[in-house]
Amino acid sequence: MLLLTCPVCGVAADETELAPGGEAHLTRFGPGSDDATFESYLFHRKNPKGVHFERWRHAHGCGKWFHAARDTVTLEVFGTYSAQVTEPPRDILDRIAAKHPGFEWEGGA
Amino acid sequence: MKRYSAFAVAREAMRYHAGWERAWTSPAPKSHYDVIVVGAGGHGLATAYYLGKRFGIRNVAVIEKGWLGGGNTGRNTTIIRSNYLQDPSAAIYEKSRSLYEDLSQDLNYNVMFSPRGVLMLAQTEHEVRGWKRTAHANALQGIPTEYIGPQRVKELCPIMNIDGPRYPVLGALWQPRGGTARHDAVAWGYARACSAMGMDILQQSEVTAIRQKAGQVTGVETTKGAITCGKLAIVVAGHSGVLADMAGFRLPIESVALQAMVSEPIKPVIDVVVMANTVHGYLSQSDKGELVIGGGADGFNNYTQRGSFHHIEETVRALCETFPIITRLKMLRQWGGIVDMTGDRSPILSKTPLGNCFINCGWGTGGFKAIPGSGWAMAELVARGEPGPLAAPFGLDRFREGRFIDESVAAGVAH
Ligand SMILES: Cc1cc2nc3c(=O)[nH]c(=O)nc-3n(C[C@H](O)[C@H](O)[C@H](O)COP(=O)(O)OP(=O)(O)OC[C@H]3O[C@@H](n4cnc5c(N)ncnc54)[C@H](O)[C@@H]3O)c2cc1C
Ligand SMILES: [Zn+2]
Repeated sequence: MLLLTCPVCGVAADETELAPGGEAHLTRFGPGSDDATFESYLFHRKNPKGVHFERWRHAHGCGKWFHAARDTVTLEVFGTYSAQVTEPPRDILDRIAAKHPGFEWEGGA
Repeated sequence: MKRYSAFAVAREAMRYHAGWERAWTSPAPKSHYDVIVVGAGGHGLATAYYLGKRFGIRNVAVIEKGWLGGGNTGRNTTIIRSNYLQDPSAAIYEKSRSLYEDLSQDLNYNVMFSPRGVLMLAQTEHEVRGWKRTAHANALQGIPTEYIGPQRVKELCPIMNIDGPRYPVLGALWQPRGGTARHDAVAWGYARACSAMGMDILQQSEVTAIRQKAGQVTGVETTKGAITCGKLAIVVAGHSGVLADMAGFRLPIESVALQAMVSEPIKPVIDVVVMANTVHGYLSQSDKGELVIGGGADGFNNYTQRGSFHHIEETVRALCETFPIITRLKMLRQWGGIVDMTGDRSPILSKTPLGNCFINCGWGTGGFKAIPGSGWAMAELVARGEPGPLAAPFGLDRFREGRFIDESVAAGVAH
């Protein structure tokens, strides 16, 4: 059972309380962008085997969106953080690098 | 390859079964193949088989990181049907279902295809309308299906409780020639036939990189060394994103865990396949007597082949309501597979941004039924370099062009 601590209300919620929201830190492209970037924003996903950054919503709790950094193979959670940032906080990236030597954040898509 | 037959069984019975040969060889990799298929699941093996059978391309390797058939092909609940809503889906799934009808004869390997009939229950008004619409679509597509009322459902499946309590059975979409097959046998049968054609199935060999030059694929690196190839077919289901990353492109796919389980074996109680999509429960009985049960998929990216516990609870709850007779059964085994989900819940058979590299993926929760048809269409795509009529609608460009083959509104779940 996946447990994530909601950074908004501080509750340690299990996954039945949460709604997954997919890959985080996507750059939004709208009308006026070229076909390739629009397609990429709408459909192309990293889908990594390993470290992943995601959006989640505390649906059956405070109702707020937040971010989580997770390993998709071990289900280890590196941390959760505010939805209002465009990149993961330093301490979470350090925690990931400690587990995965050489890991670097590639930036949002 | 020595043929299997009643005569062969009798002959071996007379000599302590000492004459059976290995079903496939375990060769060392050659340095070059005309075509390399990555992934020895059903789809990869069927692709190789039809490359040889239909197009005479036999210098082929199928490279598998684990054991053949050990991915989703050996983990699914084996439901076979072709009652899809959209025409392109109906065409490829019905091609596949019809190939299953005589696959055992074609492969000389008993895949135990059992067209016992598939019931898809309607438990909401929405589903009643949806299945009626599908039945009409199937009539136009030439696929025999029928919308039936609750009494007929009860006749076909007497152990079902059609009166609720939460979701009474309002009717069902009935496909009499749908059913099940033995999943391992499908992989093994294709593997044996490929090996007999001189193809190499390289197990315990993981592809770790894809080599390219001037936009064209030139080969792969594996844990058993580098191998060059003329063409590359990526057929790795849940690991499609990993292979696409090696090839340098992204896919409209996310991988999630889907679970199944089986009960202790009991006497025959149900001789049809039942799918209850609203409550997420799928039930059939294997020849060993185990009830084969499938449930819902996780909602988040996951490579654990385990799945979340609460899905088991949901599925079992739904099935206990629908089949009160099973409430005291013990579950024997539970497992998960990593399924490759596209946004429209339809597969991808396509050229890729990398030249001479082709991909077959996105079958998600419902590709076992598609193995023969998918291999048939994929072989054509790889051999000719262009898709034939079955594969053409399933190209990667459909996302950019907005030509979805939307089975997600039609069924919500696939199987
Ligand atoms: C629990 C469950 C229930 C299901 N129920 C049904 C059902 O009732 N009916 C139905 O039609 N479908 C069902 N499905 C879906 C079906 O199982 C799949 O769509 C189908 O088996 C996919 O076959 P495949 O050959 O594409 O993939 P797989 O069988 O997964 O084969 C892919 C292979 O690629 C290999 N591979 C991955 N990466 C590498 C690499 N780097 N190098 C070498 N090899 C690699 C893997 O080891 C694997 O063996 C179900 C799936 C699951 C998980
Ligand atoms: Zn909260």
